[in-house]
Amino acid sequence: MTLNGWFQIALYGAVVLALVKPLGAYMTRVFNGERTVLSPVLAPVERGLYRAAGIDARQEQTWLGYAGAMVVFNVAGFVLLYAILRLQAVLPLNPADQGAVAPDLAFNTATSFVTNTNWQSYGGETTLSYLSQMLGLTHQNFVSAASGMAVAVALIRGFARASTKTLGSFWVDMTRATLYVLLPLCLLIALFLVSQGMPQTLAPSVEATTLEGARQTIAVGPVASQVAIKMLGTNGGGFFNANAAHPFENPTALSNFLQMVAIFMIGAALTNVFGRMVGDERQGWAILAAMGLLFLAGVAVTYWAEANAHGVLGGLGLTGGNMEGKEVRFGLSASALFAVITTAASCGAVNAMHDSFTALGGLIPLLNMQLGEVIIGGVGAGLYGMLVFVVVAIFVAGLMVGRTPEYLGKKIEAREVKMAMLGILCLPLMMLGLTALATVVPAGLAGPANAGPHGFTEILYAYTSAAANNGSALSGLTANTLFYNTTLAIGMLVGRFFVKIPVLAIAGSLAAKKRVPASAGTFPTHGGLFVGLLVGVVLIIGGLTFFPSLALGPLVEHFAGAAGQTFPAGG
Amino acid sequence: MSNPLRPALVLLVALTAVTGLAYPLAVTGLAGAIFPAEAAGSLIVRDGKVVGSALIGQSFTGAGVFHGRPSATTAPDPADAATTVPAPYNAANSMGSNLGPTSAALAERVRGDLARLREENPGRPVPVDLVTASGSGLDPDISPEAALFQVPRVARARNLPEDTLRGLVAAQVRGRTLGLLGEPRVNVLALNLALDDLARR
Repeated sequence: MTLNGWFQIALYGAVVLALVKPLGAYMTRVFNGERTVLSPVLAPVERGLYRAAGIDARQEQTWLGYAGAMVVFNVAGFVLLYAILRLQAVLPLNPADQGAVAPDLAFNTATSFVTNTNWQSYGGETTLSYLSQMLGLTHQNFVSAASGMAVAVALIRGFARASTKTLGSFWVDMTRATLYVLLPLCLLIALFLVSQGMPQTLAPSVEATTLEGARQTIAVGPVASQVAIKMLGTNGGGFFNANAAHPFENPTALSNFLQMVAIFMIGAALTNVFGRMVGDERQGWAILAAMGLLFLAGVAVTYWAEANAHGVLGGLGLTGGNMEGKEVRFGLSASALFAVITTAASCGAVNAMHDSFTALGGLIPLLNMQLGEVIIGGVGAGLYGMLVFVVVAIFVAGLMVGRTPEYLGKKIEAREVKMAMLGILCLPLMMLGLTALATVVPAGLAGPANAGPHGFTEILYAYTSAAANNGSALSGLTANTLFYNTTLAIGMLVGRFFVKIPVLAIAGSLAAKKRVPASAGTFPTHGGLFVGLLVGVVLIIGGLTFFPSLALGPLVEHFAGAAGQTFPAGG
Repeated sequence: MSNPLRPALVLLVALTAVTGLAYPLAVTGLAGAIFPAEAAGSLIVRDGKVVGSALIGQSFTGAGVFHGRPSATTAPDPADAATTVPAPYNAANSMGSNLGPTSAALAERVRGDLARLREENPGRPVPVDLVTASGSGLDPDISPEAALFQVPRVARARNLPEDTLRGLVAAQVRGRTLGLLGEPRVNVLALNLALDDLARR
């Protein structure tokens, strides 16, 4: 570890924090339907869209109407994306003559992008046409992120409103998130990324003759426009197979820094939107503080582990830490930081191969996802995930003192706690249940590239990433098979919709309640005690559920590596 | 509850057009106008021929050139398309080794590379980036230490003084961005092009 490495991490935290208030203020105006600086340009477009779609922007929906609209919109998006992937061979913008995507891979990829997971069973440059990347993937990157934000805003309104049946309009929230938040930021980010060397062209691959006389086919394409939304929307699905480790997908240390900021900026600012909408910004800062504590602890462990190579790289007299799977221009600090960010948020882009991380360095990304990606989290998904934990934390606090739990003037009762537990429990069911299945059937055991505990970790990581809608992978796992494509897609669907729908149910039930005035007995939820309680509940529920699986994978591997044990390849 | 089908379909088609076509094409147009070289892939042209991209590493194996990092990229086997064969620096199929910290295959590869490097330049500590595969398999850079480590071998093969080569390496070192971000590095292709220019003079 170096002083400079820590300085890069500190600077990152400072930049993200500085963006919270301005972006939070802007997004609050967007979701309240107020005028913004971009309204002169975008308001006519917005009105045109509503008119064509037959939407009355003032007509609000109940939680069921809101959830129904979201599901119908996502199903339609899935069908469109599946069709584009299956038909890409006969559609235009296919200079490399990519064939149709196989049915199971198309099913997996369409699910993966609609659920904002962006798991890569596909191999970017070797599988997809430019049209599939643009019309299919870039588009879903926008709207899956926008629907995550919409659900978060609906939940916020549940806390902010009282004695009402409605939560807002899904159509309006989703459209405004896309037009006013994602699109303008993406334009700026994409152009900056091109200035750093990221390609943005519709020309086919370049044929080069290397200095040693060999032929090198260099894949290019409309990369920057996709990468901008991939980061900002915490999607993470790469243009290239190697994702943000690819020099074209992340050319410089500066492009790397900007991409990391883009992953966190909307998720962090949403905590401020929450504070503003419930009328007390301190409530938002308290939630951000809990997220920040968990985040910094993770960064410290991963950076320390990667800087102190162990296993086969330890004890060989090499200078430097674990550089297997990492790029020189980023080095250890920016690679470790990126790995923690991308799994804390539900991004899943990688600038280094997590499969080659040390056992303990790789444990943190895995744990981040198992906690439900509530540390900043995916755009929208992180905030509503954390608010689900808040409901449980408040309930636990209420039990301890024998008082009816309340949060922001709303009584937390049986229905909210039941829905919160439903959302929390479907994750371990998918992550651990499907891992258990894959470790006993031959089709599952055929997947891992590494043997021993690391092979188990590869399987566990895959289902964890799918159910948490992260999308990063220990890429040694051969996942493009009928078994993995199908089971991973099931994990993604359950992990997305069995959280989102209970969250909307909580929102609907909260919005209908009367507001209870604060009294001397009210538990203050903007102070250190609450932050500590929240961190504790996240770690106890997440940590204890998953500890046995972490013990079988990364912990066994750590001790085996420390003892100098290696495992031959295969099975 | 009103029927959600019409808003869903109309918004899907309209937003697909805006975010899936208008947005990427607008970025393509703007990027091509403002940053044409970068947008096309930062290609390096020598004598009218494309010799590579400034951002993409390429395979160097000769004794008289600086080598990049090990690369784990593969290509389809010409004899059997269902299997793959190693093809270092295949810029049409990026990937890392994905070998974990207790992998016997990784141990074997690292020990083999270490033995070769120690023979080449005995007594010097080996920089870790010379024996570890990059995440993309296309890393264009090596650390300044890794470039300096190779100076004795290149000097012998080219019959050039080591001090000249050390100066050449020093001139190619790019520091941290803003003195802060990332790590110092040397672009191997740029270094070898400079080396060729030096030898030609």
